[in-house]
Amino acid sequence: MTTTQMTLADAELPKVRVDILPLLIVPVLALLMLPLVGSFPTWVTLTVAGLAMGMMVFMMASGLTLIFGLMDVLNFGHGAFVSVGAFTGTLVLLPMKNWVEADSVLMNLSVVGLAIVLAMVVTGLLGWAFERIIIRPVYGLHLKQILITMGGMIVAEQLIHVIWGAEQIPLPLPETFRGAFIIGDAALEKYRLIAVCVGLTVFITMFLVLNRTKVGLLIRAGVENGEMVEALGYRIRRLFVGVFMAGSALAGLGGVMWGLYKETLTAAIGGEMTVLVFIVIIIGGLGSVGGCFIGAMLVALVANYAGFLAPKLALVSDILLMVTILLWRPQGLYPVAKR
Amino acid sequence: MLRTLLSGDLPRSRMLSATLLVVFIGLALAPFVVSGARSLNVAATICVFVVLVASYDLLLGYTGVVSFAHTMFYGIGAYGVGLALTGMGPSWTAIAVGTVGALLVSLVLALVIGLFSLRVRAIFYAMITLAVASAFAVLASQLSDFTGGEDGLTFKVPELLQPSFHLLEATIMGRAIDGKLITYYLLFFSALGLFLFMLRIVNSPFGRVLQAIRENDFRAEALGYRTVIYRTLANCLSALIATLAGVLMALWLRYVGPKTMLSFEIMTDILLIVVIGGMGTIYGALIGSALFILAQNYLQVLMGQTSAALSGVPFLANLFHPDRWLLWLGVLFVLSVYFFPTGIVGKLRAGTLAKVDRRP
Amino acid sequence: MSETLLQLTGVHTHIGEYHILQGVDLTVPKDGITVLLGRNGAGKTTTLRTIMGLWHASRGSVSFNGSDITQAPTPDISCAGIAYVPESMGIFSDLTVRENLYLAARQGEIDEKRLEWIFGFFAALKKFWNQPAGTLSGGQKQMVAIARAIVEPRKLILIDEPTKGLAPAIIQGMIAAFRELKATETILLVEQNFNFVCSLGDTVAVMDGGRIVHSGMMSELAENRDRQHKLLGLSLDSHQ
Ligand SMILES: Nc1ncnc2c1ncn2[C@@H]1O[C@H](COP(=O)(O)OP(=O)(O)OP(=O)(O)O)[C@@H](O)[C@H]1O
Ligand SMILES: [Mg+2]
Repeated sequence: MTTTQMTLADAELPKVRVDILPLLIVPVLALLMLPLVGSFPTWVTLTVAGLAMGMMVFMMASGLTLIFGLMDVLNFGHGAFVSVGAFTGTLVLLPMKNWVEADSVLMNLSVVGLAIVLAMVVTGLLGWAFERIIIRPVYGLHLKQILITMGGMIVAEQLIHVIWGAEQIPLPLPETFRGAFIIGDAALEKYRLIAVCVGLTVFITMFLVLNRTKVGLLIRAGVENGEMVEALGYRIRRLFVGVFMAGSALAGLGGVMWGLYKETLTAAIGGEMTVLVFIVIIIGGLGSVGGCFIGAMLVALVANYAGFLAPKLALVSDILLMVTILLWRPQGLYPVAKR
Repeated sequence: MLRTLLSGDLPRSRMLSATLLVVFIGLALAPFVVSGARSLNVAATICVFVVLVASYDLLLGYTGVVSFAHTMFYGIGAYGVGLALTGMGPSWTAIAVGTVGALLVSLVLALVIGLFSLRVRAIFYAMITLAVASAFAVLASQLSDFTGGEDGLTFKVPELLQPSFHLLEATIMGRAIDGKLITYYLLFFSALGLFLFMLRIVNSPFGRVLQAIRENDFRAEALGYRTVIYRTLANCLSALIATLAGVLMALWLRYVGPKTMLSFEIMTDILLIVVIGGMGTIYGALIGSALFILAQNYLQVLMGQTSAALSGVPFLANLFHPDRWLLWLGVLFVLSVYFFPTGIVGKLRAGTLAKVDRRP
Repeated sequence: MSETLLQLTGVHTHIGEYHILQGVDLTVPKDGITVLLGRNGAGKTTTLRTIMGLWHASRGSVSFNGSDITQAPTPDISCAGIAYVPESMGIFSDLTVRENLYLAARQGEIDEKRLEWIFGFFAALKKFWNQPAGTLSGGQKQMVAIARAIVEPRKLILIDEPTKGLAPAIIQGMIAAFRELKATETILLVEQNFNFVCSLGDTVAVMDGGRIVHSGMMSELAENRDRQHKLLGLSLDSHQ
């Protein structure tokens, strides 16, 4: 018995490897840009704008990356959930016009909150149906998955046209969300600050769920080895469905936030984001929520700084960023361990 | 003779042969049997799409790789010729320079993207090509000094191909032998040549290796085939042929622009045609393109009538609105992926397949 | 011998187009250690995976504790009381040792008493309790994998080659641990290392070419060197 303890326990204590380099990129990038941008107020405005956009992209991308990590399914139609979310939001925001136009923070917040809840419920349910009807027959078949989810996206976009008509829908921001706070010389748009808050809330909630709850641990375990999760006695199918619904609902949330940001809706609003969302999850490492968060911030910040410093470069800044990151880490910032 | 021409890959179904023959004859005689610029335009578009879609099938159907950059290569071909003709004036040299330049650009891009991401999984490749293609489209529409921006470029083609040029004073079957007709036949015979070439490729040993890789890349690798190399080669080949399709389209339209050459809608069209026509058959590209382009141009009229008839019923009227035809196509697409992944060609062949399979 | 806990009768398993198990008949009695031996590629792992429902038998039947589990889904088999330690260990490397065990405890919380018992022979786990399991050494990971299987009482534990890639000193530790386990658990242990199991096993079965080619008492096989040579051939020499 004693030998056991000797040999087995006295092995050198492994260092806990916390990979902080990717975490540092965002602040370092922001600081580096300060002298280049030149003016501090402009820099603050650009940075906040970048963070706000990044948060919204994160809402759309986090679900996609989690679904991919757990189920090995890449939903090319994820953008459709963003669109559906945004359009569902209008079902609340347009009829309750007086609440939107009211000069009351409380009324504005509650009407947007209601729109978000409805959008998330609808996209969540849609996700459930999508998983059952579209995805389930093609688990493990990547080629068919790509084709079928692409087809699902085309159908969904067209159905939005059928239901809401082919015209653009104006979606004005609530009264009290308009304008900006002026701090010193820096103008901070209110809605961007709201987006940052919502995005952070989503991120922290996801972080807590994934690290502190049994379901979260199971999801992380399932990302690495779904078979073992089953062998421990858990039905991974239920996790799949749950995560797919949650991911779709998050896309719906992102849709409402993004729609309000753009203030007009077209059926392609989500589809247009697909490329950006893909770049973000590739940069982050397919399947990694933390990587996705950093990726979203990076892409959005780089786009904003580039747009200011070199507008022509901004057109391809996200691709260049992706290539740079992949040259540094071919699997993305936080590669996900797979069995 | 015919067997050699088709590289031994015969249609293997009476229905399929008949359909192919109808499309072929229709396209060959199009200028003489249809009237009006629009109809000839439809025929020319079909010719180009046959090449474009078949080259995509080379990748998707025969290699099992999903790429979203196919329109990019198509666009490179079109812009190559467009820019050369704009810059150097309407000469055959300009066309040659534009084509060769475009082919080189496509080759390099296809190689780089391929080596960069084909080693990884199909999904990764699909995502990367989507990103690269969209960046390319943005560049083409934003660098307006160079590419004409959103408006695109209109340019002159060599005299022989100009509509105002008349080869003969006389008309044949009431059809003037003008530049437009010559251009059409340039397209038609180029498309025919490229189509037969692709049929040859997929039935060569190279094509068989590609199919082996598609079926089971582990096994192919174990048998000693460097799958990355084969995939990259297929990718390059497919990109080059798509580039040529772009060249043909530019010559026909005498115009290039981001909407007509690079938009994502064209990419989804290609995807729809390949799947509905029949993946991994090459013939599917021919039938699929013909059906699709015809439907795009004529079915919408029918839908418009249905929609008008239903105008009292709000939801249904929208459902059948001519602009919603993609909805029905999308549904058809999803259903085909599930229920008949070999598409129309596969369906037509299914009846005769049993007999063919009994060959040694 | 005591009553039968697990019974495989004429089990055939196909993986894709390959016919791997070709009629496996295997009996695992209640209590003690049943050892499954066999050379590389004999089908040992496939047998365990078939029991666990990770592959499904195309013919034959698997019955456990009196009920038929041949076509049951993996989670149901697990809940029926079978724990599995796969050849690759199946550690969740992103999760800490504690979280790994926590997920294995289906009751909700880890039983403190049992945990102390486990720490008794796998002391390293206590030390690395809050480390990500991915940072552990191979032997320590193996401990996590086994601990996960025994963190709650199970009726049967399937363990696939626990000594794979471990140093002789660590293997000694494992033997001690298995002696301890054996007292209370029923184990089906797959091994290639005959010296490791010859003192541990109660009953033994030998596989080759997807079939059971010998089964009997371990003590008999341990004494009969001729038979060992015949059944295990090379694998015996290679492990000295
Ligand atoms: N996923 C698979 N696909 C195809 N064949 C497989 C697969 N898994 C195992 N096999 C084959 O099944 C046979 C039995 O494999 P198995 O893993 O059960 O052997 P084993 O007895 O556990 O060998 P080892 O001692 O090397 O672990 C082998 O010939 C192997 O090649
Ligand atoms: Mg094994």
